[in-house]
Amino acid sequence: MLSRVADSLYWMSRYLERAENIMRQLDVTMSLMLDTGGASAETHWQLLVASLGYPAELEWGGDLESLAKTLIFDPEYPASVTACINEARENARQVREEISTEQWSRLNRLYHQMHSPHAQTEFKSNINDVLASVVDGIHLFKGVSDTTMIHGQGWHFIRLGRYLERSYAIATLLEVYQPRLFQPPEREHSGYQYLEQVGLLRCCTAFEAYCQVYTADLTPDRILEFLLLNRDFPHAIRYSVDGVRQAIRSIQYTGGRRPPDELTAGIGRLHAMLGFTTIGEILAGDSAAFLHTIREQCMHIHELVYRYYIQYSIQSALAT
Amino acid sequence: MSVDSTAELDALYGDYPLDRAFDEMREPNGDVRPHYQALAETLAHLPPDELQRCKQSADLSFLTQGITFTVYGRQEGTEQIFPYDLLPRLVTAAEWDLIERGLTQRITALNLFLRDVYSEAKILNDRVVPRELVYSCKHYRRQMRGLQVPRNVYISVVGSDLLRLNTGEFVVLEDNLRVPSGVSYMLTNRRVMKRTFPQLFHSYGVRPIEHYPQLLLATLRSLSPEGRPEPNIVLLTPGVFNSAYFEHTYLARQMGIDLVEGRDLVTHDNVVYMRTTDGLKRVDVIYRRVDDDFSDPLIFRADSILGCTGLFNAYRAGNVTVTNAFGTGLADDKALYAYVPDIVHYYLDEDPILNNVKTFLMTEDKARKHVLANLDKLVVKAVGESGGYGMLIGPHSTARQREEFAGRIEANPRNYIAQPTLDFSRAPCLIGNHLEPRHVDLRPYVLFGDKVNIVPGGLTRVALERGSLVVNSSQGGGSKDTWVLE
Repeated sequence: MLSRVADSLYWMSRYLERAENIMRQLDVTMSLMLDTGGASAETHWQLLVASLGYPAELEWGGDLESLAKTLIFDPEYPASVTACINEARENARQVREEISTEQWSRLNRLYHQMHSPHAQTEFKSNINDVLASVVDGIHLFKGVSDTTMIHGQGWHFIRLGRYLERSYAIATLLEVYQPRLFQPPEREHSGYQYLEQVGLLRCCTAFEAYCQVYTADLTPDRILEFLLLNRDFPHAIRYSVDGVRQAIRSIQYTGGRRPPDELTAGIGRLHAMLGFTTIGEILAGDSAAFLHTIREQCMHIHELVYRYYIQYSIQSALAT
Repeated sequence: MSVDSTAELDALYGDYPLDRAFDEMREPNGDVRPHYQALAETLAHLPPDELQRCKQSADLSFLTQGITFTVYGRQEGTEQIFPYDLLPRLVTAAEWDLIERGLTQRITALNLFLRDVYSEAKILNDRVVPRELVYSCKHYRRQMRGLQVPRNVYISVVGSDLLRLNTGEFVVLEDNLRVPSGVSYMLTNRRVMKRTFPQLFHSYGVRPIEHYPQLLLATLRSLSPEGRPEPNIVLLTPGVFNSAYFEHTYLARQMGIDLVEGRDLVTHDNVVYMRTTDGLKRVDVIYRRVDDDFSDPLIFRADSILGCTGLFNAYRAGNVTVTNAFGTGLADDKALYAYVPDIVHYYLDEDPILNNVKTFLMTEDKARKHVLANLDKLVVKAVGESGGYGMLIGPHSTARQREEFAGRIEANPRNYIAQPTLDFSRAPCLIGNHLEPRHVDLRPYVLFGDKVNIVPGGLTRVALERGSLVVNSSQGGGSKDTWVLE
């Protein structure tokens, strides 16, 4: 497969995953703000901004609606949902012959939805529906990708992008929320702490899944354990890293280069870190550093993928 | 045909002028030509809304297949469907036989001409074609001198434009020998038409064209460099901003080959590679949809980033086939066009089966004087242009435009030719609820690898504006499906 094509598919997928993540976190934050007795609106906003990786120029000024509008609709703001969807579509357009017609028309529909004049007016009156319909659109695209595209190398690059972006995003989110999880509540049994914990889980669509595993008995260490180490839940870091590992392996089996030792080692290390550590050990050590290492490893994997599959030097390629 | 159904037809036709131009469907006296009878009857028996419904379902079919033009400029990038007409253009077996033989002869001769001009130049020494006409052509590539091309094939993909005069005779208006486009519309038109008029299609016995991508692939494969039995064939596109990008993706997908851009290619030791996720992969045959000028900044335009640096040297070394070859635009220069009948005589010792349109060369004093005195009756064209650009249509021009062209001709006679304004044929088109004749041409697609292959059919281009003579899609033209009958 052409490197340029792999690159476009990879970024198309990463941008869509990013858009979905922003939407979900914004949704949760806005619903947490409805309860005025807990943390202030400003605190919630700052947590959101931090867990999205500090996109610049989103200082809290008290006007939630205009901030949310910027974060969703402003195409000039590079970290907005619309900007992400624009980028995803642009990448898809450049490899139109590689993706299915169904994928293309789904993505197009999503794109037109973001740019329709109704979207912003509707947003004011019916925020939840708008948020939900965009997330639905992204889910539909993923479903159509899985059912209409050949599961060859291109599809594996799409998966690689999705899971790498997701691992990174959840690690960032947990890094931000983790100190707060273990803070003693300001008021006993007030229920606000419960709301925040549910919020954190909902950021990863994990509340119901958590309840199935642990019952609705929410404790900070179990929440962390679930989002970090669960093997079976798609929005847990361990599961996502597994996805990255499988995608790289499949890329090789579908005609890509054998991954270099460096890359295999990088993924293996991350995989082992999550597979052979208990939550007790993590909490006994420096948990912030643990989460930070995950993020760094993700970036490292991205760089290696780039260096070996996409932007390799001609000299190195001719030598082999 | 009975009197009754003629009356019905009259309602459908409404204002259907039959004058000097040849009408594809009707005789000068108004009778429907025999091979159009079945179509005429079908139309006469369709309720008017049914035609509209067909049109809508065809529109939808184009849209959902993603056969669209992307119009850029505005940030949103609006997409439009390629304008087309619902009614097929019919070509009889006898007519097609003539066209096929004529084009085969012409392409064979033009290919021999290119080979000769870029090697011994016998035809120039024998003074059949003036030397200065060749060397002053802006598409002449001196880098091609003495270069051996695979199978001596310079032009393997051609889309010649044919017109039909009021005598009923087909003539060649131009040979597009560089990067002809439109074949994807021929293929998709057919798909849509089969869905829209299945019964009619079936009853007519139309010859198939759907195997074009397969033939193209076989043609490209046959031109593979020596010693590369399993060639890696790619389609080189200028990229997503090119107006024919849809066609490039379509053909690549239909042939199952990679669609590459210049930035995907690298050359090393005169071998072309593409960057893949499995490292560098050698490229053997390039179906080039990038103009000469933009193909290799080392040899051609240095400011181009669309091509691949070093491509020409790899080509010269025989390590990669690029088709069409560089410098083929020489043979579709509109001034050299006037010599094509002589070229056919010279190489094949045959009379041309398909004639040219009468052409005045502005480099000849007598012809120039005649043209300058009759600009309001003639069509003037710049020799190196295509797509309907750089053209003056005398009868539709203003005095100021004529004056401007007269000045340009005087300043650079080599750059212009003139032709009579042709009353080329018209075919019925669905305009609103009824039929009206519109001018049409025909662009069959010729492939030339180990032999000449022409799929029976082509793109019939339509000047959709009433009275307009311009069929180019860039200038408001549309297309219709062409049915060559068994």
